[in-house]
Amino acid sequence: MNNQGSSIGALSEEDLLGMYRQMHRIRAFEMSVFDGVQRGVIAGGPHLYVGDEAIAVGVCTSLHPTDFTTSTHRGHGHLIAKGGRLKPMMAEILGKATGYCKGKGGSMHIADLDLGILGANGIVGGGLPTAVGAALSSKLKQGGWVVASFFGDGAANTGSFHESLNLAGAWKLPVIFVCENNTFAMFTPMEWTTAISDLSIRATGYGMAGVTVNGNDVLAVYRAAVEARDRALSGEGPTLLECKTYRFLGHYVGDPEDYRTPEEVEEHKKNDPLPRFEKVLVEAGMLNEELMQQIVAETQQEAEEALEFALSSPDPDISELTADVRRPFNPLGDLERVSYSAEEGVA
Amino acid sequence: MSVREISYLQALNEALHEEMARDLDVFIMGEDIGLGKGTLGVTEGLRDEFGPERVRNTPISEQALVGSALGAALTGCRPIVELMFIDLLGVCMDQVANQVAKVAYMSGGKARPSLVIRTQEGVGLGLAAQHSQSLEAWLVHVPGLVVVAPSTPFDAKGLLKTAIRDDNPVFFIEHKLLYTAKGPVPEDEYLVPLGVADIKRKGKNVTIVATSHQVQHALAAATTLAQEGIEAEVVDPRTLNPLDVETIAESVRRTHRLVVVNEGCRTGSYASEVAATLGEHVFEYLDAPIMRVAAKDAPIPANLQLEREVVPKPKDIVDMVHKMMDAS
Repeated sequence: MNNQGSSIGALSEEDLLGMYRQMHRIRAFEMSVFDGVQRGVIAGGPHLYVGDEAIAVGVCTSLHPTDFTTSTHRGHGHLIAKGGRLKPMMAEILGKATGYCKGKGGSMHIADLDLGILGANGIVGGGLPTAVGAALSSKLKQGGWVVASFFGDGAANTGSFHESLNLAGAWKLPVIFVCENNTFAMFTPMEWTTAISDLSIRATGYGMAGVTVNGNDVLAVYRAAVEARDRALSGEGPTLLECKTYRFLGHYVGDPEDYRTPEEVEEHKKNDPLPRFEKVLVEAGMLNEELMQQIVAETQQEAEEALEFALSSPDPDISELTADVRRPFNPLGDLERVSYSAEEGVA
Repeated sequence: MSVREISYLQALNEALHEEMARDLDVFIMGEDIGLGKGTLGVTEGLRDEFGPERVRNTPISEQALVGSALGAALTGCRPIVELMFIDLLGVCMDQVANQVAKVAYMSGGKARPSLVIRTQEGVGLGLAAQHSQSLEAWLVHVPGLVVVAPSTPFDAKGLLKTAIRDDNPVFFIEHKLLYTAKGPVPEDEYLVPLGVADIKRKGKNVTIVATSHQVQHALAAATTLAQEGIEAEVVDPRTLNPLDVETIAESVRRTHRLVVVNEGCRTGSYASEVAATLGEHVFEYLDAPIMRVAAKDAPIPANLQLEREVVPKPKDIVDMVHKMMDAS
């Protein structure tokens, strides 16, 4: 490119193009999953992240490798943005032995603890307490990490959300509560169930900073996440970061989407985070049509290779069915005493 | 080895002190635990010795309490949660059953949910329907949890220390009527293994499997029966899941009769589970059907006289044994 060495804020050209590539990687991966469902090779009605890519990429770009995330049923984007590898992800979605969780977790439960990904979650709101605990651990062990907890507008109405924000606020824990407000809680528009339009105002009730940003603007998300991370590490406590966006696809693949019109969806696609970021990068002289096409082609190929890898992988052995339910008990060594009886003394 | 008599409560307190001193990754949190003795008394002195960072008083937020313990465990700690009453499972069962219990399996064995949830159950204080239940049946039904219920000070201390060191999530169920029970506990350090039952009294005519406070009732029943020449063997599983089937089966092969006693409601109870499992193992050795002595299928009533009637008493066990001896 003709503009080597330029930057936007603290982000170098390399960083920015990396973010752009990650957003495409997520979209290509999700469309590959969509195709897999259409072809009948993926079961379980996965929940896709198309239209929300700016949030995962904006937040995870602010994170360090030692930071942790918790995720949701719509978690593929969070995993990729935190560094998750596409092949074991796709294999997990297909339930294969080569998957991240040996095919036993599936789309809604992918975790990579080595990358700080504490796991996606099938229960709406279920991951927030885990994030609070990982942040408590940072404090107790003086680990210096923060935890980004992704969840949706639906989760913001669970008891788990309120308990978690209160506890993290009371203990000033290093958490970024990332609320992805994608307009729908499963099939129900938010205004039907919630009396406020900006969920970030709930932060006030828990003594933490609350910010609402345009979730289709990856740079706005990134900047807000950096500020939240700085607050977390300087002991100022958690942040509720609401990122407003719109879910382009249904709640799950196969959703008849009778709660909205195709025209409404098309209208929102004008705010697609990818073209929006493209425009910024083109104007900054970092991106042109040729590079754009190259990135699209490369990420599509990666996604297709991931699907091929998954399709050609073996199913888990039947012995895996009961493996990992419980770990073998730790050996107790010389301290083991089974019982005490008055006659024999301590056996 | 030097041995002294201490209470179940003191035994638990010693276990917490020892394990927190031994391992800096161990910390404890719960409602009201930092104040004085703590509501249950088990955490007395911990905050003075280990400070407010490791002995954390929490809001009344059981979901956040259990779930944050999981998050701390997954990032290298060994948290202990005090759930003030087992009845509070009703407000945190998602975290217990869907999160804590399943994370190891769902992650293909990579996650290490090394936490202990201490709680207490049972009748005895007139606390009525929402503070007196025995809900171990809810917990043993969930694959992934280890469920422990000690009945003596010796077992309480040794099992709690082991549970804290183990990498599995352990639900550790105490009983409100056992806290004052005294028994011999060695001065020297020891650990009681998980998954191993203990024969609390030897006998040759009938096996009584009992859990938690009902072990005391089973021993009282055995004393009564002995006066009539019936020698009952009393077996305490101690770890409710996974169950030490072999120790119980070996006993029944000698006695040819089995009664299972548990303080939970009869229908779908832990007693039902033990009875069914043993039936599959020892059917051909039995001289009488396996019988259950369990609580009546009713909420725990507030009236103290009714409360005494709702759960098994020693006489109920004696009567059941008589019935079985007559039948065979």
